[in-house]
Amino acid sequence: MSIPHGLLALLDQRPMYGYQLRAEFERATGATWPLNIGQVYTTLTRLERDGQVVGQATDEEGRQRYEITAVGRETLRTWFTDPVTLGDRPRDELAIKLALAALSPGLDVQAVVQNQRVATMQRLQELTRLKRDAPTPSAEDLAWTLVLDNLRYMAEAELRWLDHCEGALARVRPPTAPPTSDPDPDAASDLATDPTQESLR
Amino acid sequence: MTTTRALSLLGVDRIHGAGNSAVHALRGLTIEVAAGELVAVMGPSGSGKSTLLNLAGGLDRATAGQVLVDGVELGELDAKALARLRRHKVGYVFQDFNLIPSLTAAENVALPLELDGVRSRPARQRALLALDEVGLEDLADRLPQDMSGGQQQRVAIARAVVGERSLILADEPTGALDSETGEQVMRLLRARCAQGVAALLVTHDAGHAAWADRVVFLRDGAALDDTGSASGPESLLPETAR
Repeated sequence: MSIPHGLLALLDQRPMYGYQLRAEFERATGATWPLNIGQVYTTLTRLERDGQVVGQATDEEGRQRYEITAVGRETLRTWFTDPVTLGDRPRDELAIKLALAALSPGLDVQAVVQNQRVATMQRLQELTRLKRDAPTPSAEDLAWTLVLDNLRYMAEAELRWLDHCEGALARVRPPTAPPTSDPDPDAASDLATDPTQESLR
Repeated sequence: MTTTRALSLLGVDRIHGAGNSAVHALRGLTIEVAAGELVAVMGPSGSGKSTLLNLAGGLDRATAGQVLVDGVELGELDAKALARLRRHKVGYVFQDFNLIPSLTAAENVALPLELDGVRSRPARQRALLALDEVGLEDLADRLPQDMSGGQQQRVAIARAVVGERSLILADEPTGALDSETGEQVMRLLRARCAQGVAALLVTHDAGHAAWADRVVFLRDGAALDDTGSASGPESLLPETAR
């Protein structure tokens, strides 16, 4: 996702002032992506330079509305019709972290997985709370509820993937013995010798 | 912390068999659920989820430790008193609804009351009220076979809370439902909790577990971790604002 495309999409509805663009952008994304007004104006300047938008005459208060050009509409149409490819997205730090953790001798990878699981579940709970408190989505709120649902599904997918990692790790490298506080050493070896219980979900 | 919990499992062990073949289904498990709280338990198959529900509902007895429902220790009750407490205090919701096919929605909901000696007229009135609360007053005289899965589960929830019951034990209540309908069921469970009922939910589905106030992760019969009490949604923003 890029800020220029987002602004073009909003300007395609109607000409707007910079501060309006900022407010509309945040409303559409449920404030999950706050923009500062400086970013908005920097982006508008660049879009205007490239002929994608054009500034209208300033009003008596010195404010200026921007409007999308034919070139801008074409850019926007291409953006909407082209699928987002993997290369457009940043690499996932968690995937890399766990991959490297699996290679690190002496590290309790199960604990790394579990810490992440708790954190991701907390995030999913918070997102669900937002959804639960939201009224039945109106056409106006549709944009941000879709963003919210996307974040929820990503968190769910991450939890599933963490379960998978745990199962795979248990098969390949048995969990390091926990400190002596564990009353029953069988607890750890059960998990190591019976990976099927991890894959049954 | 001095208030009575709707449900407390304190240092509970459940061991099946003895000697070398002994299976530790639960080991020193402590879980407490307060009135008005919805707690979800997640864990792989074999982690002890079913045993936990059976103990909480008085269907099975702990090998060691205490199980208290509304402050009453189940281990100290004889079979008759235990059955009575289960009827009065505990409601069950299952994956496959477990409604009686030959009874209408209202008759299914009224059944636990009638078994408890409530006359059929007042029992029906209270059943209708409970169905009203789950939005099914119009389907009171329908048989389960003429209802959708989601509707049947709402009947089951009405049955679980009818009377003075204060604890709902739910075993994969959304397991047989599509995600939209499952969400409606979770909304309904939350609404019941908002009115003071305590609920313990066992599920594989992270998306549905996330409706709970607290999620407990069970591994090998012990609580590995839980998500603690909820923080505000404000804490989301720095996480996702990239």
